[in-house]
Amino acid sequence: MGMTLAEKILAAHCGAGEVSPGQFINARVDLVLASELSGVLVAEEFEKLRGGKILDPQKVVFVMDHFTPAKDIQSAEIVRRCREFARKHGIRFYDVGRAGIQHILLPEQGLISPGDLIAGADSHTCTYGALGAFGTGVGSTDAVAAMALGELWLRVPESALFLYHGRPPKWVGGKDLILYTIGAIGVEGARYQAMEFTGEALDFLGVADRFTMANMAIEAGAKTGLFAPDEKVREFVSRAGGRLDGAAYWSSDPDAEYAAVYEYDTTDFEPFVAEPFLPENVRPVSQVAGIEIDQVVIGMCTNGTLDDLRAAAEILRGREVHPRVRAIIIPGSQKVYLDAVREGLIEIFITAKCAVSTSTCGPCLGGHMGVLAQGERCVSTSNRNFRGRMGHPSSEVYLANPYVAAASAVAGSIASPDMI
Amino acid sequence: MILRGKVWRFGDHVDTDAIIPARHCNTSDPAILAQHCMEDADPGFVSKVRWGDLIVAGTNFGCGSSREVAPIAIRGAGVSAVIARSFARIFFRNAINIGLPILECPEAAEGIRQGDEIEVDTGQGLIRNLTTGAGYQAEPFPEFLQRIIDRGGLMPFVEEQLTARAKDDPPSGDIRGSN
Repeated sequence: MGMTLAEKILAAHCGAGEVSPGQFINARVDLVLASELSGVLVAEEFEKLRGGKILDPQKVVFVMDHFTPAKDIQSAEIVRRCREFARKHGIRFYDVGRAGIQHILLPEQGLISPGDLIAGADSHTCTYGALGAFGTGVGSTDAVAAMALGELWLRVPESALFLYHGRPPKWVGGKDLILYTIGAIGVEGARYQAMEFTGEALDFLGVADRFTMANMAIEAGAKTGLFAPDEKVREFVSRAGGRLDGAAYWSSDPDAEYAAVYEYDTTDFEPFVAEPFLPENVRPVSQVAGIEIDQVVIGMCTNGTLDDLRAAAEILRGREVHPRVRAIIIPGSQKVYLDAVREGLIEIFITAKCAVSTSTCGPCLGGHMGVLAQGERCVSTSNRNFRGRMGHPSSEVYLANPYVAAASAVAGSIASPDMI
Repeated sequence: MILRGKVWRFGDHVDTDAIIPARHCNTSDPAILAQHCMEDADPGFVSKVRWGDLIVAGTNFGCGSSREVAPIAIRGAGVSAVIARSFARIFFRNAINIGLPILECPEAAEGIRQGDEIEVDTGQGLIRNLTTGAGYQAEPFPEFLQRIIDRGGLMPFVEEQLTARAKDDPPSGDIRGSN
């Protein structure tokens, strides 16, 4: 019996020739990740662990990104505790000025290679599937276990295959493919499963689109979202200074077994928007166009790469944000920010009356840098639109791609680029 | 463990932002977290819930974030167990890891009403509705997970493994199962 990509990665991490869905394994972990929100609990729990020491501090990364630069005293305190823990144990630590949003930062720093298994105390750790790495979100106690034991218990997931056909039209990217998919299968459509994305439509898209799609696998309930790594990934990892030796460029066997196979023709796609309050409430942008908005957020771990900022700049160049709207641009990392400065993108944004922020998860989870007031409405390139996600429980978040977000900022209401 | 209490009902896809909004997650203090439990789903929940009460919910309970403070806030608010049609996977792990009893039981999630008094035998997975007399059997946990549950969470399980390794092997970076 053939194995899927997910099964191959897990088999290689538990010393087994093969694994099958439903099996419980102890899997060797290549990298453990936490933010300050999960990291503070990691630090507290780890210090309680009798006989615990970090097996390999180089395989543990703390990224201060959720409420940083510290939004209030309590946030400053939890960051301080993470910082002290990191110093004491010699783990990798990314602080303000050297950091970024973890899921943009780690691949860019060359810390993720194809075939890796990453346990991240952040649900969007599935983003690394873009590089053919098995990233999965866990809690803080799981992270502590992985740090002390070097391994994590996992149930081998069933895999579901998503085939995207056709050539996606202009303005349609990875965000639209994944939003459509979540709309089709629902927010628990891939619960406990490994999503695997493939098909010729993806040949027309870049690695940034893969990051966006893998990032949102969790919004369908999945354990991870994988792409078989290819030449584009090899280039990306090589440029990032990542590990090329020993990286595993696996793909699923032709006779691998899937719990489900979904096929979508992207030829007639238009950009999609997820309405409040679930990412599955997906409609074509033309059906929601005209809804007035108060704010736009572009960036975050879902769409915070340089390619995403280029997309936004393409729309905002020579235009101005609608007077009723606040537009906030958040590059995914210091490097993305600097590259955007050098390319002149930041000048385009500021000239267009956008606020450009240092990297932070801030507004996506209603932390800071763009919290919504009662009844306010936001178009965001982030990944969640749960009730109260970005602020007041009555505020609303519409999820969209960077083209649509930028066009909406200009229009003052939800719009596709063709409408402005 | 036998639990007994009143039921608070919630619907499908109760997300972690509903369980504990991120704006309150800048602390690890269970007492502070508990004060905001279910704040955006039912603003009065914390003042109404009594120690030992149970949550019964629909499908995909705990979807969203990996925040372990979600089950911590639920436990801190006095909730003794969560019964749902199904759980999102990270919440499922986190609840087991910190020792918050959870039971997957579609029939109970369907049949039990807001305010019902129920009794739960967590060891057997038996749920009895004292208000209506109905009984339900929750899905049994796989043996591997039951071992973690029996120890009260993942930390004692990890300590056991560390002790076993110290006995079996000289200290090294090697781990079981690696090549």
